[in-house]
Amino acid sequence: MSATVETIRQVEEATGKYKYGFVTDIEVDKAPKGLSEDTVRLISAKKNEPEWMLEWRLKAYRHWLTMEEPDWAKLNYPPIDYQDIYYYAAPKQADGPKSLDEVDPELLRTYEKLGIPLREQEMLAGVAVDAVFDSVSVATTFREKLFEAGVIFCPISEAIQDYPELVKEYIGSVVPQGDNYFAALNSAVFTDGSFVYIPKGVRCPMELSTYFRINEQNTGQFERTLIIADEESYVSYLEGCTAPQRDENQLHAAVVELVTMHDAEIKYSTVQNWYPGDENGKGGIYNFVTKRGACRGDRSKISWTQVETGSAITWKYPSCILQGADSVGEFYSVAVTNNAQQADTGTKMIHIGPRTRSTIIAKGIAAGKSDSTYRGLVRMMPGAEGGRNFTQCDSLLVGNKCGAHTVPYIVSRNPSARIEHEATTSRISEDQLFYCLQRGMTQEDAVSLIVNGFCKEVMKELPMEFAVEAQKLIGISLEGSVG
Amino acid sequence: MSLIEIRDLHASVGDTEILKGISLTINRGEVHAIMGPNGSGKSTLSYVLAGRDGYEVTGGDILLDGVSILEMEADERARAGMFLAFQYPVELPGVGGMSFLRGAVNARRREEGEDEIDHLEFVKMVRGKAGELGIKDEMLKRAVNVGFSGGEKKRYEILQLALLEPAFAILDETDSGLDVDALRIVSEGVNALRSDAIGMLVITHYQRLLDHIVPDFVHILADGKILKSGDKNLALEVEKSGYSNFTDAA
Repeated sequence: MSATVETIRQVEEATGKYKYGFVTDIEVDKAPKGLSEDTVRLISAKKNEPEWMLEWRLKAYRHWLTMEEPDWAKLNYPPIDYQDIYYYAAPKQADGPKSLDEVDPELLRTYEKLGIPLREQEMLAGVAVDAVFDSVSVATTFREKLFEAGVIFCPISEAIQDYPELVKEYIGSVVPQGDNYFAALNSAVFTDGSFVYIPKGVRCPMELSTYFRINEQNTGQFERTLIIADEESYVSYLEGCTAPQRDENQLHAAVVELVTMHDAEIKYSTVQNWYPGDENGKGGIYNFVTKRGACRGDRSKISWTQVETGSAITWKYPSCILQGADSVGEFYSVAVTNNAQQADTGTKMIHIGPRTRSTIIAKGIAAGKSDSTYRGLVRMMPGAEGGRNFTQCDSLLVGNKCGAHTVPYIVSRNPSARIEHEATTSRISEDQLFYCLQRGMTQEDAVSLIVNGFCKEVMKELPMEFAVEAQKLIGISLEGSVG
Repeated sequence: MSLIEIRDLHASVGDTEILKGISLTINRGEVHAIMGPNGSGKSTLSYVLAGRDGYEVTGGDILLDGVSILEMEADERARAGMFLAFQYPVELPGVGGMSFLRGAVNARRREEGEDEIDHLEFVKMVRGKAGELGIKDEMLKRAVNVGFSGGEKKRYEILQLALLEPAFAILDETDSGLDVDALRIVSEGVNALRSDAIGMLVITHYQRLLDHIVPDFVHILADGKILKSGDKNLALEVEKSGYSNFTDAA
């Protein structure tokens, strides 16, 4: 019996019927630790994937084997043992807390500070799904509305079944399987993620949020998202949430691919607040993410906005490939690091088409003994006639044990292109703090106010519903960092 | 009971003793002026009263309504009703004026067990008081003190004083950097706030401010000590013959 068939049989024995799919299966089932072709086959089989998808994954896996983990980032972490990781685990809903009474009070305190409603708290804390079943009806209404508009928004595992042509055409077209070490790993073992297709001429009637996607628990480890905006369409997509997310999987390697056709626009906003670990970073999430958008059509636009406050290690460079003439790429980022957190994040703007424009506004805030690095590439290709870029990188230091670094790479191969780069590093001054304290604000409120002022240009790019929470989140992330 | 009682206050910055035994009592409804030459310890006194880090009290006591505040942090003192109008108001880039003011007002309200102020009510209140001080809406929308002229910064301080309604206000060289018109507007703003509910300490180098904000008491500070106290006529004496008269006599 071949390995594939063998594995499939094992899986069938373990999980019973496939026809209801993976989501109705609430029993615990886990693939053994470690990564091999069998693991890849098992994952593909668990998801009842077509042969082409399995082949695609295997190609990625084989490529990954030939690659080496990158070490150029300014990050320090012990070597990762890729054979000591679980690559597949179905949601273990039965293991979750039965009610909020069983949830870590510290976590609840933070939810309260963020002003998250009780229902959402339950969902975030991973309280068993039947306890929060109400949310499902909200999600259903939501889906119906989208369906009327012709928008496809579903888990990517469903899209592989229901819209194979779309997935086949676009998956890996922006981030190829062998793009980088972590992208290759993700391509081999991704478990789930979002799929969005906005048809021609449609303006998506609402913000799409991972939060409203049903059955998305436990997809965080190797998440894979694909968003396609057809001609003249628009969508705003929200990823993550401000509440601290805990996950038993330490290694996260997500891939996000965006594609815009002529005159289309995607606005992608992220608030990342994975568990950063304890004061020394112990137990924190390693977040290695590949996010890239291709502005294929003329006058199309991709805008990344991110607020990064969590994870022990962040390695992330949301990028834009500006192919279409007059296409526009934007990157707005706030990265907050405290305690022992390390963030190496930035963007790449690849200008290919004529008159392509890009804007980069990156704000790094480092506190405690953390390290924050901005790493960015602006590349003007020979065809980027009249291309323009403006980059602004500002770092704010809180305390005297942290570090902030700016590593810009600038390459111009077209003499008519214009590139501007501005960078500043500053510190919260005693004067500023005392001024706020004298007005009656607590030290923490004062730091939060000053830091949010520092990030304002980025925060105003966030959709309203995110912005308010993100503001509070930044304050909370810096608690105890001064004094 | 006195609002503020300063008892033989000694304070140092680093190893240098700046205040060398100051005693002063201020009651509600009174305006006291402290005049003194440069380096006499005027600004140090305001920082020590407000509880700024780095200003160490080495002797004596400060009582607010009969209770020592030496152990209280700057923000606790502020919420207990102390206000300092800064000589050099600090710029807070990106921090919107309205959210700053709201943060300050709500900090005080929380302390008193009140709910946070209603947004619309607050905007109305701020606009009203800002109008009286000649502060335009546009200025309230800018980041705190960023790009403000000297006069605008001082008016903004007085706006905060009006909004926070403290029991005790220190005005640290509020006249510096003001032209005649701005001085008049700011002084009118302060005078409008004078009442039996508030005690004020006006720190200044020049007598001219005291033509506008007429004090009940004047104290001459030099070399960290109060050399002489009197009524408003003492300020006129300084104007006529300078500080050296007092310092030489001492």
